[in-house]
Amino acid sequence: MKRTLLVCCGTGCLANGSEQVVQALENAINKMGVMGQIEVKAHIKRTGCNGFCENGPIVQILPDDISYYKVKPHDAQDILSALQENKVVERLLYKNENGERIKSKLENPFYKPQYKIALRNIGEIDPGNIEDYISRGGYEALTKALNMSGSEIIEQVELSGLRGRGGAGFPTGRKWRTAAGYDVFPKYVVCNGDEGDPGAFMDRSILEGDPHSVIEGMAICALAIGATEGFLYIRDEYGLALKNVNAALASALELGFLGKNIMGSGKALNLSVVRGGGAFVCGESTALMASIEGRVGEPRAKYIRSVQRGLWDCPTVLNNVETFANIPVIIRDGGPLYATLGTKTSSGTKVFALVGKVKRTGLVEVQMGATLRHLIFDIGGGIIDDRPFKAVQTGGPSGGCIPSAMLDLPVDFDTLTQYGAMMGSGGMIVMDDRDCMVEVARYYVKFLTEESCGKCTPCREGLRHMLDILTGICEGRGQDGDLELLEQLCQTIAESSLCALGKSAPNPVLTTLKYFRDEYEAHIHNKYCPAGVCSKLTTFVIEKNKCKSCGLCKKNCPVNAIRGEKGQAYEIDQRSCIACGSCRQACRFEAILAQGRAQK
Amino acid sequence: MTEEILSLITKYPKELRYALAAMQDMQRQFKHVPREGIELLAQHIGCKTAQLYSMATFYKALSLDAKGKHIIKLCDGTACHIRGANQLIDGIERLLGIAPGETSQDGLFSLELVNCLGSCAIAPVMVVDETYYSKVTLEKLPEIIDAYREVTP
Repeated sequence: MKRTLLVCCGTGCLANGSEQVVQALENAINKMGVMGQIEVKAHIKRTGCNGFCENGPIVQILPDDISYYKVKPHDAQDILSALQENKVVERLLYKNENGERIKSKLENPFYKPQYKIALRNIGEIDPGNIEDYISRGGYEALTKALNMSGSEIIEQVELSGLRGRGGAGFPTGRKWRTAAGYDVFPKYVVCNGDEGDPGAFMDRSILEGDPHSVIEGMAICALAIGATEGFLYIRDEYGLALKNVNAALASALELGFLGKNIMGSGKALNLSVVRGGGAFVCGESTALMASIEGRVGEPRAKYIRSVQRGLWDCPTVLNNVETFANIPVIIRDGGPLYATLGTKTSSGTKVFALVGKVKRTGLVEVQMGATLRHLIFDIGGGIIDDRPFKAVQTGGPSGGCIPSAMLDLPVDFDTLTQYGAMMGSGGMIVMDDRDCMVEVARYYVKFLTEESCGKCTPCREGLRHMLDILTGICEGRGQDGDLELLEQLCQTIAESSLCALGKSAPNPVLTTLKYFRDEYEAHIHNKYCPAGVCSKLTTFVIEKNKCKSCGLCKKNCPVNAIRGEKGQAYEIDQRSCIACGSCRQACRFEAILAQGRAQK
Repeated sequence: MTEEILSLITKYPKELRYALAAMQDMQRQFKHVPREGIELLAQHIGCKTAQLYSMATFYKALSLDAKGKHIIKLCDGTACHIRGANQLIDGIERLLGIAPGETSQDGLFSLELVNCLGSCAIAPVMVVDETYYSKVTLEKLPEIIDAYREVTP
């Protein structure tokens, strides 16, 4: 039997050593072949990101449908020997909560509830091989679109109800329809791959693992609106994505899916890659276009929208990576079918990056309208070490922190917005009782202070003031009136900034103030950080009766502040302790307590 | 250096839209965008030096000061942040005596804080040159850094 070994070679798995696993498997296969004892017709394929990066490197074997996790090079021989005897290597299978070993990827509790459209090919195909993409129905939609009029293509996108996956949720069909309506040429199609929200990595994964789906989506868009040139603006930090997209563009050109005469139709499209300059604000559409044109990436006021006057003042459609990846499926299967998925106002599926203090981290794609609880507890498996859930941060720096009371809210474009947060691009950072909400708010404001382009005064100066106040609160200098001043600043910044970066910048502060005000007050009035994160307000002590004198805390202390020996409780020397919390993180027995600092 | 700069620049058409890419290439090769590079590029494109200077100071990927031989990019995205990126910043400072944005005195290392490398599932993440390190701890840190000291003569 011919087997295919799919080895995940996404950024996450590469960091965990998947390249070495590929080498080891290749060597083992060669060795077995040379010895002539067996016939292992194994074929290794390097795939893109499976999304379950924490458990990488991941090796999937077809057609046996075996998935191995955390594979090391020295496992290669065992994997092949087992394959030869039609057995599985139990120890490399995924273990669920009940301790059962799961053989099939589809039975894995992380993958089972997922519904994949945007991620349909990822982990299944070799992104470097266009034939792989074609064999799974790739470029069928483009062929179909070539026999449709622009208006017919747009109609299907309208019927699908697809809304922009970058976060704003603007109806894609309407955007295309508007751009198609202008009789100004040339027109441009732009893919926004400047994924900057901390905690979101679906675009990286799609560009790395299935670049052709984005290219096909862009080509269909270009046909629909009559564009002949397009750009993919991709973060320079995404090295593998850049490499794979460039290779995919070359092979698509070679096979005639791009170029001067697309599949003999006489239609033309030239696509090229622009590397981002490392500015978060360039994820904003007008700033991104300024950056492509070779200027400083500052947003402009949108009295005239970019579908009318975008790149070089020509009509431009700009969509997010995930949006484009959905397009081929919509055109192939029809818009109405896509519209049956998800909710009434938010159709289809959405990819979320489930990260932070959750047991199973990674990319998940589900139908819109799934609840936060389903995402975090069913798919994510709950909180690491079964600690209490405190909040989930959604939507990146423009989003907010949602408390446990709201876990049953459905996630779509409109619901979370009513509660001050937003779904945004799909980042979901799960936090437990050891995360300080004031510090999280400070973190986002610091991020935005650095990333503000400086064009609008309220954003540039207001955020700096907010950062000063929040840093003060975290360091024990908080005082009466701080919270009211923060709220005032939030209002001013939201109302008077030009672009979405400034307008939504107050959200992390406003939501934490709304749902976790008691934490702010503890910091200000009691000079106490309930989560034990703010080091200036925290001391750590070891509870003698709980300490098992295992020595883990001592081993992990970066400043050698912990003393102790076997048989008796360890002790922290408060004079040299820097209150970093490494010991508490390391302790398996909950023996290390965070306390406030004695004042004066 | 002039020759090297020119060979980088002349690969690109004489249009402003290629300025960022050309400066990124300089950054990669020289670990910074040299003054001469900006001047030559402005001549090549036919734009004002100030236009390029404003870009070189705006984009985080570009710097006017020379960076170290090895660039340590420490991710301080949210996922890495709540999984201890802060402690790693302090850890590197203790090891190399450099804060974010600084270069060690021997010119070997520069530390940069980056906002999310999109590898949140393996947080906290650190990238040295082009190599990704997953789930970095204070304990692993010295070993990772030392490996780069050895390969440098």
